[in-house]
Amino acid sequence: MNNLSPKNNMFSSPEARLAVIAIVVFITMAALSPERFLSPQNMTSMAFQFPEFAILALAMTITMLTGGIDLSVVGISNLSAVIGATILTQFAGPDIAGIEMAMWIGIAIAISISVGMLAGLFNGIIIAIFGLPPILATLGSGLVFTGLAVALTGGSAVLGLPSGVAWLGNETVFGVPVPVILFAILALGLSFLLARTSFGLKIQMYGTNPLAAQFAALDVNRLLMKVYMVSGVYSAIAGMVIMSRANSAKADYGSSYLLLAVLIAVLGGINPYGGYGRIIGVVLAVLSMQFLSSGLNMLQVSNFSRELIWGMLLIFVMIVNTQKGFKLNLGKTPQTKSGK
Amino acid sequence: MDFVPENALVIMEGVTKNYDGVVALDNVDFTVSPGEAVCLVGENGSGKSTLIKILAGVEQATSGRITIGGKVYDTLSPRLSAAAGVMVIFQDFSLFPNLSVAENIAFSTQLGKNRRLFNKKHVYEIARKTLDRVGVDIDLGTIVETLPVAHKQLVAICRALASNARLIIMDEPTTALTEREVSILLDIIRRLKKDGVAVIFVSHKLAEVLEVSEKVVILRNGKKVAQGPASTFDAASLTRNMTGRDVAEASPRPIDPSAPVLLHVKDLHKEGAFENINFDLHEGEVLGVSGLLGSGRTPLAKALFGLVVPEKGMIKLGDKSIVLGDPLTAAAAGIGYVPEDRLTEGLFLTQSIVRNVSIGRLDNHQNAGLLNMKSLFRESGDWLKRLKVKTPDIGSPVTSLSGGNQQRVVLSRWLSRAPKVLILNGPSVGVDVGSKSEIHDIIHELALSGIGIIVISDDLPELLATCQRILVMKSGVITDEVSGKNITEDELARRMAS
Amino acid sequence: MKKLFSKSFWIRNETLVAIVIIAFIIIASISDPRFLSMPTLTDLLRGGIVLGIFAVGVMVVLISGGIDVSFTAVAVFAMYTTTLFLVTFVPELSWYWAFGISMLIGAALGAINGIFIAWFGLPTLIVTLGTLSIYRGFLLTFVGSKLISNLPPDMRDFSRLMMFRNTNADGSFYSLPWAFAALVIVVIITWFILYRTTLGRSIFAIGGSIESARRIGINVRATQFFVYVYVGTLAGLAGIIYASMSRVANPFDLVGLELSVIAAVVLGGARLIGGYGTLTGTLLGVALIVIVRNSLIVIGIPSTWQSVAIGVLILVGTGLPAWQAKRAAARAS
Repeated sequence: MNNLSPKNNMFSSPEARLAVIAIVVFITMAALSPERFLSPQNMTSMAFQFPEFAILALAMTITMLTGGIDLSVVGISNLSAVIGATILTQFAGPDIAGIEMAMWIGIAIAISISVGMLAGLFNGIIIAIFGLPPILATLGSGLVFTGLAVALTGGSAVLGLPSGVAWLGNETVFGVPVPVILFAILALGLSFLLARTSFGLKIQMYGTNPLAAQFAALDVNRLLMKVYMVSGVYSAIAGMVIMSRANSAKADYGSSYLLLAVLIAVLGGINPYGGYGRIIGVVLAVLSMQFLSSGLNMLQVSNFSRELIWGMLLIFVMIVNTQKGFKLNLGKTPQTKSGK
Repeated sequence: MDFVPENALVIMEGVTKNYDGVVALDNVDFTVSPGEAVCLVGENGSGKSTLIKILAGVEQATSGRITIGGKVYDTLSPRLSAAAGVMVIFQDFSLFPNLSVAENIAFSTQLGKNRRLFNKKHVYEIARKTLDRVGVDIDLGTIVETLPVAHKQLVAICRALASNARLIIMDEPTTALTEREVSILLDIIRRLKKDGVAVIFVSHKLAEVLEVSEKVVILRNGKKVAQGPASTFDAASLTRNMTGRDVAEASPRPIDPSAPVLLHVKDLHKEGAFENINFDLHEGEVLGVSGLLGSGRTPLAKALFGLVVPEKGMIKLGDKSIVLGDPLTAAAAGIGYVPEDRLTEGLFLTQSIVRNVSIGRLDNHQNAGLLNMKSLFRESGDWLKRLKVKTPDIGSPVTSLSGGNQQRVVLSRWLSRAPKVLILNGPSVGVDVGSKSEIHDIIHELALSGIGIIVISDDLPELLATCQRILVMKSGVITDEVSGKNITEDELARRMAS
Repeated sequence: MKKLFSKSFWIRNETLVAIVIIAFIIIASISDPRFLSMPTLTDLLRGGIVLGIFAVGVMVVLISGGIDVSFTAVAVFAMYTTTLFLVTFVPELSWYWAFGISMLIGAALGAINGIFIAWFGLPTLIVTLGTLSIYRGFLLTFVGSKLISNLPPDMRDFSRLMMFRNTNADGSFYSLPWAFAALVIVVIITWFILYRTTLGRSIFAIGGSIESARRIGINVRATQFFVYVYVGTLAGLAGIIYASMSRVANPFDLVGLELSVIAAVVLGGARLIGGYGTLTGTLLGVALIVIVRNSLIVIGIPSTWQSVAIGVLILVGTGLPAWQAKRAAARAS
């Protein structure tokens, strides 16, 4: 085993506990309402629902690994979607088809992702070069990005996209929904990045001890800029999925996803103070959330109770994590428990 | 049982402390009288911090008896200790950076009196009185964050006094002070002693505080190994007692006059830190830079590695000029830096040993965007083996290693980058004696292989054991250059202080 | 070294925010002479009531070294539950009963946050993120999700109670509701707690260094607990005033406002790492946000650019001190 990270006891790791939670939730829901929860329709509808916020959670995750946070993910995804959609409506229109449509969609996606990358670069610069705390930097820049999207559209939805846009969010390939494939690629990509590339290892090292990273001559500024650029690109991709599923783009789509993304990342065992976290944890957190909310839907429980249960799950998991084993990973917590 | 003076303030008799079967303190007797200053000396792990923690009520003794001010305590708690007048000033001072000097001084008295309301006038009065007692003048309204370290320490002392301290325990009180600040501190201590306040200095470097102390107590491996009037000890006997042996040190190899110049430093200047720094470092040379704290040795070391930005001057490695103030180019050019504070500046504590070693080499083991784990492990493992780090698994957290081995991890990190110049800031701080001489051997070996080494330290025996030449710094200027083999420790100490 | 202080005055957030506000007012008065008038002022004050009460609470949390994002959910929970209770059972009850109940509910919800934070030692951001979801989810699932537009008469009347009302020379009408007094009272009480009680100083102390606070014997848990109960109480108050002034109790309101409030407080100079924050700064921050929201159009910026403007203000307002601090750190060795 060439595992570079410190060894964790299998059962004390947050991921193992999460896996148990995900399975328990799945089994409970399946038992409570087998014919509906396990139905193919439910499976597909779940599969189409989660990728958009799950991708945002991945964007959040990479910044949290450095001990930062990206509160601008939703802003970036809407801004890039609005720009992409505007290009499509201005130059292509709803009636376009064939090669020309594919070309314009390709151009729009390329530009949208570049927008995400630039927005992330902007975050990286104000954090790395100007030294703003990430939480404030991205709170401010998130408002700017959202604001630009509002200013561009006057606050209304951009409608009239070419028919091909719908493919990304609504079609399946060999029976697997396209957004799920996309999410899988992005999650695997990030996981690979963290475990098997120099960049990924540096992210974790920086998150563990930023000062030591500086003394070890890591290029900290470039590292942070790259991290926030990756976050920006992932956010932009989430924006494409949202645009495709809504068949439109708007400045305030998915505004509830911001806190959800933070919640999933933390639930997934990402140490909010940086340095520790595994993508598998985030994936398990996403699945738990989705099983839970779909299951509750089946059981005719109101939509709003999802929020309630998410919150309870988050705090429950945090209590379990802090009470055992996780303390080591929270080495930099300003609030240590103890004290008399 | 030793002789116990009648009026003793604190009497500890047969105090023992076990941690999960490990004996940290073994049947130790210890007394302090009012107005007495005691130096409590020992290496890391000798038990001196355990003794202090027991006295402060933070830890409970496994067995033994403690009497404070005539009252016998079965168990102490922080509250009981404080009420008995035992105050500890930790190295970080435990102040509130965001509050004023006055509030920092008077906060605990306010709590002690159970005051619900905050009376600014009252608080300022208490603070003013305490500062007067100590005989210093600090603006009461200043926010503590903006104070220099020496003033923070004074505020911490005043806080202890304001809560009626009868015994003040100071943890490494002089490490962060400049010469002048130390002498001011010593004056204050003398005043306090006249007032009947007792002081315990906890330290492993005591030359400075010996002169105001009456008594020295030396601990080793949890046992009291020596005790006596301060006047009967000198640096050498302290060390011998602390370590329990005369450590045979290899002495440095003579300078090879034909070795080419490796590092050329010219007119390096940084306002308020150092000025007019000129020196050459030859291939295979070990150059010491010494000076008291605040002499500018650490800023200079950091400047050579780019962590501090000098305003002017030039650093040349071989015939290449190095961009000032950029660690990345310095490292790329072949300069390595092993920092002073291993735990906060050197190591990534929760990460594995191999990651800690290989962090500087990750890009070199990456092929087409993919890390070659095998070669990464092999290289790190090789270096650890060469530096004799004993560990069953280099994938385990670096916290599982001892201080000496952790230092070797940081060394391996730089050695794997094949440096031309290695700057070691306090190479054996917090390392046990055995490891220390092994680290010195490593330094000799590295020098033999042609690396130029700069040792920044105020540990004189260490400098004399490793360096061929020693630069002495004072107030930011190089005041002296001595050749290691024809100078004694006392002479070097004199030159540093004068 | 000492010179840094006078320099720091100019980069202090209070000063910066005040300068931006004054500049805004000057530009606005030039482009529209009617801007500098009583109606503008009363609009500003009116708009600052709810935001201001929230901001004062958030400031206290930031000073203690924590953060709270759940206060909007607490507010809407307290407000809606109180209104529903009154409408269903005792619609004739006086407004101060409504206020009392709402504040009590707020305090109880704040206490839940406090328990998780002070006793379980969980990170404040995560706890309040979780309880944000819990409170709102619970409200919408179990209490109700329908708009209540027939508020109890006394609550409705409260918002019509005016401290003064008047008509300008040009015929425009202006007034200031008594609800504004609530903000004033909150500010005074908070000032008293923070600067005149040991409890308040302890809040600053734990924000400065929680470890030092423990060492000198401050009851850290009790202090933290108080902080979250206090924010909860203020949120309950802000919520009920919000309902009373908007004449409806909408369970979907308020949540989503939390980041703007935190932004206002941070603009006013409170630091996220704890220990620092002033009421003057916080109120200036609130004023700036309200002005930008209400009057951006007066200085010729279309209102669609509102959130860009607020975002830029946050970046500049927090960026300048951060940049300054970073340069100072680089200068020191």
